[in-house]
Amino acid sequence: MTTETATRALTVPANGRNRAQRDASRGIKRSAWSIAKHVIMIALALLMLYPLLWMVVSSLRPNSEIFTNPSIIPDSFQVQNYATGWNALSDPFSLYLGNSIIIVIGAILGNLFACSLAAYAFARLEFRFKRLAFTIMLLTIMLPFQVTLVPQYIMFSFVHMLNTFWPLILPKVLGTDSFFIFLMVQFIRAIPRELDEAARIDGCGHPRIFFRVILPLMTPALATTTIFTFIWMWNEFFGPIVYLTQPHTWTVQVALGQFIDNQTGGDWGALFAMSVVSLIPVFLAFLIGQRFLIRGIATTGIK
Amino acid sequence: MSVFEELRSVRSAKSQGKRDNKAAFFFLLPWLLGVVLITAGPMLASLWLSFTNYNLIQTPDFIGVQNYVRMFNDPRLLNSLRVTFEYVFVSVPIQLVVALAAALVLDKGMRALPFYRSVFYLPSLLGSSVAVAILWRQIFGQGGLVNQALGLVGLHNLPGWISDPQFALGTIILLNVWTFGAPMIIFLAGLRQIPDMYYEAASIDGAGRWKRFLRITLPMLSPIIFFNVILQLIGAFQSFTQAFIVSGGTGGPSDSTMFYTLYLYQQGFNQFDMGYASAMAWLLFIIIAIITAVTFVTSKYWVFYDN
Repeated sequence: MTTETATRALTVPANGRNRAQRDASRGIKRSAWSIAKHVIMIALALLMLYPLLWMVVSSLRPNSEIFTNPSIIPDSFQVQNYATGWNALSDPFSLYLGNSIIIVIGAILGNLFACSLAAYAFARLEFRFKRLAFTIMLLTIMLPFQVTLVPQYIMFSFVHMLNTFWPLILPKVLGTDSFFIFLMVQFIRAIPRELDEAARIDGCGHPRIFFRVILPLMTPALATTTIFTFIWMWNEFFGPIVYLTQPHTWTVQVALGQFIDNQTGGDWGALFAMSVVSLIPVFLAFLIGQRFLIRGIATTGIK
Repeated sequence: MSVFEELRSVRSAKSQGKRDNKAAFFFLLPWLLGVVLITAGPMLASLWLSFTNYNLIQTPDFIGVQNYVRMFNDPRLLNSLRVTFEYVFVSVPIQLVVALAAALVLDKGMRALPFYRSVFYLPSLLGSSVAVAILWRQIFGQGGLVNQALGLVGLHNLPGWISDPQFALGTIILLNVWTFGAPMIIFLAGLRQIPDMYYEAASIDGAGRWKRFLRITLPMLSPIIFFNVILQLIGAFQSFTQAFIVSGGTGGPSDSTMFYTLYLYQQGFNQFDMGYASAMAWLLFIIIAIITAVTFVTSKYWVFYDN
């Protein structure tokens, strides 16, 4: 049902337009209400974004002003906070950014690989225990990760993988983000089976059908997976603070967490500066991939 | 179809056509390994560990149900449950009501819809980051943005909201409400699906705005509401980062932001009391399972399926 919802929302904008025309024809009373609505919405939008905008502006102000200047009008452009923050911890911030990027790329590749393969099997193949496997897949979406955390930690410590990126990447390569399998299953089901049949008649087996027919057609689902994985892994905190305890392995999030612990009453300007730096990649992903994010969330409903 | 409707229908689905066991095995191989090595194996292991005393160095020592007994006599744990329940059952309803209200306002041919949608959605993506938690810690601190703003309208001598046990949890609840954009988008998609003719028919019959909302919008949207409720509940029970950063990892002041997951983290990865942490994880799992099950069971009284 939610998939239909999503596809409709995307493919039938005309519906909304008709509605708008009809509404418009109802006269002036309507337009007064409409202006009021916009005023309320703009106020709400400003209120919601205010803290973020203020953080950006404050990161460019002298340190003392952070506790005295609530305005979001940019009035100074000191980059000093950025320079200080960049080198405030034992390693330069570029190292933490690099670590985060490696983990995120590993997680994206892992998810694309494992989830697309599994999704093809669930959407297109008939096999023994399919119902059982599918049910397990759906249930794991709802499984709190804490239940498996302690033994996973013990397991990774036995194989000497603590303070490496493997504990964060390996689960993705093995398809444990079943949410994305579900998303891709939904997508593949919407691809006409006639295309598979045509390829089959041409003598293609399942691997060829998957790579030549299905995979190219499911790029929107792959894009959605990529962007969500990027944002979620970038923000991931629990896993990294558990597995990455040596400073040179820290991700951006862990480094920021340490930064705020280290400073007592200290340098909020630098802290804000690095916080802004840590949000930029997510913001860019949001700008570039909005379409896929909104489609993905409407399809499956997880933030 | 949402996850839950899939679960409902998966039982009745009949397999048809010829089977491709071999191909399926290879396509599912990574996932199968994951289920065994990363999910099911560790689940069973943590169940066993929950009946042991284990500190990572000595071999696990079987102690029966002692960890479970200990949990029910651990005042900090019971407090963390209370904090978590308060967080979940206050923030999720507020968040969803705001999300629904915003979706309703945005739905009916509103101009600049994509703009508002993006602005309201952005916090959902940033909300779980450490940076935003840091920002929250400043905003609601003694000399923070909120108090500066209130100072401008003449309110002085205000508390530091995050350092006051009465208000600290409230600031984190507010943070969760701030991320209403994700459920809002799901509501928007759901509203688009309600056929216009229902509203037209109701208008002809003389139903007012409010009546149409109660009799058409709410019932037609109930599967989506159900979907959002379950997802947000499950997510909220597992919240961690915000409480961790806002309280500096302590769950303070006076354990007022000691989320269950934060206490679990302290027990497991500060004290290395792995047996106890495993028992805690299982209790969390059981609580989430029960609440999900209750929501499922009651759903037949309030969720309306149009088929």
